[in-house]
Amino acid sequence: MKVQTPAEFELQTPERGLLVAAARDIKLAMRSRGELVQALVFFVIVVSLFPLAIGPETVLLKRIAPGVVWVCALLAVLLTLPRLFQQDYLDGTLEQLVLSRYPLPLLCGGKMVAHWLTTGLPVALVSPLMGLQFGLDAKELLVVFAGLLLGTPVLTMLGAIGAALTLGVRGSSILMALLVLPLYIPVLIFGAGAVESTMTGLDAAANLSLLAALALSGMVAVPFAVAAAVKISLD
Amino acid sequence: MTAARLRAAALTLKRGERFLFADLSFEVLPGEALILRGPNGVGKTSLLRLLAGLAASDGGEVYLNDQKLAMLSPLHRAAVLYVGHANALKDELSAEENLADQLALDTINTTLAVRLETLNQVGLLGRRQVIGRKLSQGQKRRIGMARLLLSDRRVWLLDEPTNALDDAGVALLLQTVDAHLTRGGIAVIATHLALPLQGRVKELVMQEITR
Amino acid sequence: MSLFKYSAPSSFYPLAGKMVPWFGALASLLCVAGLYLGLFVAPEDFQQGEVYRIIFIHVPTAWMAMFIYLVMAGYAVLSLVYQTRLSSMMIEALAPTGAIFTALALWTGALWGRPTWGTYWAWDARMTSTLILLFLYVGYLALVNAIEDKKRADKAGALLVLVGSVNVPIIYFSVKWWNTLHQGASVSISQGNKMAATMLLAMLIMALACWMYAIAIALCRVRAIILEREKNNAWVRTIKEANV
Repeated sequence: MKVQTPAEFELQTPERGLLVAAARDIKLAMRSRGELVQALVFFVIVVSLFPLAIGPETVLLKRIAPGVVWVCALLAVLLTLPRLFQQDYLDGTLEQLVLSRYPLPLLCGGKMVAHWLTTGLPVALVSPLMGLQFGLDAKELLVVFAGLLLGTPVLTMLGAIGAALTLGVRGSSILMALLVLPLYIPVLIFGAGAVESTMTGLDAAANLSLLAALALSGMVAVPFAVAAAVKISLD
Repeated sequence: MTAARLRAAALTLKRGERFLFADLSFEVLPGEALILRGPNGVGKTSLLRLLAGLAASDGGEVYLNDQKLAMLSPLHRAAVLYVGHANALKDELSAEENLADQLALDTINTTLAVRLETLNQVGLLGRRQVIGRKLSQGQKRRIGMARLLLSDRRVWLLDEPTNALDDAGVALLLQTVDAHLTRGGIAVIATHLALPLQGRVKELVMQEITR
Repeated sequence: MSLFKYSAPSSFYPLAGKMVPWFGALASLLCVAGLYLGLFVAPEDFQQGEVYRIIFIHVPTAWMAMFIYLVMAGYAVLSLVYQTRLSSMMIEALAPTGAIFTALALWTGALWGRPTWGTYWAWDARMTSTLILLFLYVGYLALVNAIEDKKRADKAGALLVLVGSVNVPIIYFSVKWWNTLHQGASVSISQGNKMAATMLLAMLIMALACWMYAIAIALCRVRAIILEREKNNAWVRTIKEANV
């Protein structure tokens, strides 16, 4: 019989890898808070640009609010995607993650959790405020918030695949947008659709459940795709 | 801890159209060190990354204890420790935090006292609070050495480990690797320096392939 | 084992060379036959007049646009699971053809839309998802061209196609869903279910022609890719010498 090392023993709970990776990335994000706030400020500013470009017409603004808020949230998340792997790739941490005893999909999952907590969640939290600028009522604001809460994890997950595939490639940020944006379309449709159906007096539940379904199925499959992409990029 | 053997069987690697090496075979037994030598660009780093399982070969296999490395689970594959050119350190974290994070990823439980003692061994106790951005290249290398000192992995793959180290640092590195070999560990080291190790040492001189 | 014999680029190269003229000839014959049936034999549509005849190009290209992505996804699975180099080369060879068929489907759709609906572009569910499909093709081509290391480009491209193919049904469903939500804004195409038999036949023959063309051109392209990748191998050098 083989004698287990303490480390092997501890690994009876490999899911700890998720926590280790998430804790590490959150700690790093907290050390460079300036960067954290930038994505949020970007979201707020770009949403505020639309009334300036279109004019302060309340009816029109309310009509376009769901689309504007969602497209801006999508772009804000897109801009933060390089943060997921870029630095780790450059400083050699990514190689150490691949060689860890923890399964790579779990470590990637942890990184995605940290990314969502530091980008998608803050964007979702300020979104009702942005909705107010466009004259949405309380119920609509709640749907905006709920939609982003369910949808931004999907944005992080699909984005992580693109971010991992384009590591170290020339002009990777634009390339990443090219790969990721088409995949974002269903999230955009269901997210904005939820708000619009509330506005027209319909129930938002159908759209929100579709977002939840995307998020849940993503959680099962995406970490494996991201892990595969990371390995491909390091080869 | 079980002893580990590392075997390369007819390894071939291409970069683009060019062969870096072809049909490279060797075996490293417990307690042995293999020193990789050869001019720049001959494929030493690529070979180490292949042995670590980070890259796929264009032919041949790497065996860890007679099992194909590519087939092993992360848990078993992680008998291999790879230290590359990059130090895997974070600019924002202090020396001690960096070490703690690396050990957490290596699934090695340590107390703060153990980490501080190890940092003392590598001469960084006074700099434990300094963030990565403000450490010198040699000091970063020394954090990597602290990780080696606490590592439980059997196979060490070190890429130019003496880079940026001063004489005392090189002496400490030799001592660390020797202790590892004495415990029955394995080391594969790519270097341009003469490394006077005490244990059994093999050399592999790599040459450019022209064909 | 005999099946896998041709998965080696060196043995596939001559085989592909022998197949190209056959598929090429078949494509030309079917194209002539299909166009003759479609443009001269098939009756005029009682609602749209002569304009409808563009469907003999439009519908087959739209089918091929989707079908080729599906085939690429199949090769992506082969490439990632069995690590066969030829599968990745086939993906790379098919992608430009798929993208061109997609662009053609959109273009002919616009040309058809103008006289029948009075607009070049409508945010119809099918047109929108075809546009997104074009984005997916372009994304693949951009990724594969941006990565210099061929081995990495192959694997990254295969993974992207696979991720894309999982998403295609979701995208298609979401666009349909979006379309029903915004019913007022779009034009609904009524499917003529009383299509004349000759029309249907012409369309099927044209679809076959497109299919054969896609195979012929993909084989041509894969031969070029094989030569480029293996230019330093002995067997390629003997071909070069034989041709000089």
